[in-house]
Amino acid sequence: MKNRFAATALAAVTLCLPIISQAQTEIQWWHSMTGGLNEWVNDQAKQFNDSQKDYKVVPTFKGNYDESMATATAAFRAGNAPHILQVFEVGTATMMAAKGAIKPVAEVMKESGVAFDPKSYVPAVAGYYTAANGQMLSFPFNSSTTIFYYNKDAFKAAGLDPNKAPSTWPEVVAAAAKLKASGSKCPYTTSWMSWVQLESFSTWHNVLFATQNNGFGGNSARLTFNSPLHLRHFENLANMSKQGLFVYKGRASVSVPSFVSGECAMFTGSSGSYADVSKNAKFAYGLAPLPYYPDVAGAPQNTAIGGASLWVMAGKKPAEYKGVAQFFKYLSSPEVQSASHKRTGYLPITTAAYELTEKSGYYKQFPGTDVAVQQMIRKTTDKSRGIRLGNFVQIRTIIDEETEQIWAGKKEPKQALDDAVRRGNEQLEKFEKANKS
Amino acid sequence: MEKRVLFKSTWLPWLLLAPQFCIITVFFFWPAGQALLQSFQLQDPFGLSTEWVGLDNFKALFSDSGYLESFKTTAVFSTLVATIGIGVSLMLAVLADRIIKGALFYRTLLIVPYAVAPAVAGVLWIFMFSPSLGIVSYWLAQSIGFQTDYLLNSNHAMGLIVSAAVWKQVSYNFLFFVAGLQSIPKSLIEAAAIDGAGPWKRFTSIQFPLLSPTTFFLLVINLVYAFFDTFAIIDATTHGGPGRDTSTLVYKVYYDGFKAMDLGGSAAQSVVLMVIVIALTVFQFRYVEKKVNYA
Repeated sequence: MKNRFAATALAAVTLCLPIISQAQTEIQWWHSMTGGLNEWVNDQAKQFNDSQKDYKVVPTFKGNYDESMATATAAFRAGNAPHILQVFEVGTATMMAAKGAIKPVAEVMKESGVAFDPKSYVPAVAGYYTAANGQMLSFPFNSSTTIFYYNKDAFKAAGLDPNKAPSTWPEVVAAAAKLKASGSKCPYTTSWMSWVQLESFSTWHNVLFATQNNGFGGNSARLTFNSPLHLRHFENLANMSKQGLFVYKGRASVSVPSFVSGECAMFTGSSGSYADVSKNAKFAYGLAPLPYYPDVAGAPQNTAIGGASLWVMAGKKPAEYKGVAQFFKYLSSPEVQSASHKRTGYLPITTAAYELTEKSGYYKQFPGTDVAVQQMIRKTTDKSRGIRLGNFVQIRTIIDEETEQIWAGKKEPKQALDDAVRRGNEQLEKFEKANKS
Repeated sequence: MEKRVLFKSTWLPWLLLAPQFCIITVFFFWPAGQALLQSFQLQDPFGLSTEWVGLDNFKALFSDSGYLESFKTTAVFSTLVATIGIGVSLMLAVLADRIIKGALFYRTLLIVPYAVAPAVAGVLWIFMFSPSLGIVSYWLAQSIGFQTDYLLNSNHAMGLIVSAAVWKQVSYNFLFFVAGLQSIPKSLIEAAAIDGAGPWKRFTSIQFPLLSPTTFFLLVINLVYAFFDTFAIIDATTHGGPGRDTSTLVYKVYYDGFKAMDLGGSAAQSVVLMVIVIALTVFQFRYVEKKVNYA
């Protein structure tokens, strides 16, 4: 009995030895994905861990995007930063300015000897995370963009063609009027006021949201979204609001349930809301490109990016960076990307992944799921690469605060936009001052 | 009657004070000093570059009309929270004090909200009053045709955060009031009743004056609560909107510091807030306390 025990123990130890001697390098990954997306993140880490023996990626949920970023900066100050940090697009300029805190992805890949071609990425996505010198700074992970959703059943009831979404703003107004006449209490609503109605609106119409090519040219950018075109759009929305054609349903993505429940017939928001819509909507719905003003030259161009990317934090060991590089290589393979795209509704980040998804017949099976990709894979212009500004979190809140005054009838659109630009510029000046290089 | 202890040695009082002093230093003076230091600096979130900007952060604050506006918002909010909170809980405490059967059950029930975290409380109230999803707003619209819209109506938004903040604090106040009421000798009340004083007279001329130390204590606590502890409720419900109409001083500190990572600006605001609370406390203890009868 005793002998057998000893034999088993010995066998166990010998079996374990190779694993013990070959200690895995742990890679900490902090993210902000909840619910189904949290499972997605965990599955990606698990599949990577199972695919090789040297590294172990450990994903940890650290709260909302702003919370996890605040936690990570505090951790960095205390010397405990993770290897990989998921940062929302709004935090991009802050991360870029933090030169000593991050390690550019291009550098991580190069030093680890992993082949890496920035050209294989979707231009609007990769361009957003690329520095002026062409160096890719962060790894695009979950990118989304803004699209137009509509309720086909409500369209039918209002005598509109359910298979033809309004493609211009005048058409949206006309459709909203018909929907209201047929009894709809909320013909049109939107989520993410700044992202949809100002940022995407700007890139879609190929006009600047801020100078310095929307902040890509440097920290001295100033806001320009009180231009005649922007003003025209907000006067249009304000009129719609007065007539009950546009109903304000709150900041960020609070308004999504209003569309999903069938209360609102038309909705503009993140392509990432598709997961929620497809799962919970009890009516026929359609996905379409964002509306535009047909008389604007150059429109439609492409929409602005949203979502998040993965940043590599500075001050880690070379072996750990090798692991990070391997993990990124794994994540960008067309198969993994295509599977993620189908699973989450986020954009495929490489052209190869898009082509693979198309070949699989997915877009034919789920019509409209390619709208977001189609809006993003076009060649970008200097005005449409995206919006990358410092203190962007505050600027977006300022835009929320000022535009709410329009819907509440307290301010005229012109004054609200002018005030938002003035207050936003104060934030930009502050950022410029804090990040003099 | 004055309480005064005479110490013969000079070092003993300092020694006895030392533990308390250590705690205050670590948990108050040190962080307060840090806040003061940071309020004169402009720093990036990662702490890589720090620039001394003197009073710039304060200048920026006071040239921002929205910030001055939020003083007013805070004054309205804290006054409402403190008065309604104290009023409602006093009423509940008097009622619970009169109950003979099942008193413990009612008291326990009234204390439960205190166990709820502020953010959770906020979410609870959102579920009830959300214009499109809320059960109470639906019921209000159906029964009396009252449309709630805290998204665009600032009065509704203020009503919502005040209700949520009061609801959370009522239990705490209630506990103290019940304890205070129970410590009033029954014989006093009974004697008054025999002399022909009705319940209202007994309350105004005996119970409430005897509760004045409790009420004063709760006034201080409730104001501090409204000033400092309510940002989670605001963050979970209105986010300071519509516009900036429910953005109180502490919500702005929280937002600028923890969400927008503007450490200098946030620190300057906490310094301002600290000054206000110190002034308010001095005022209360100097002037309001004179009206308190400790008997």
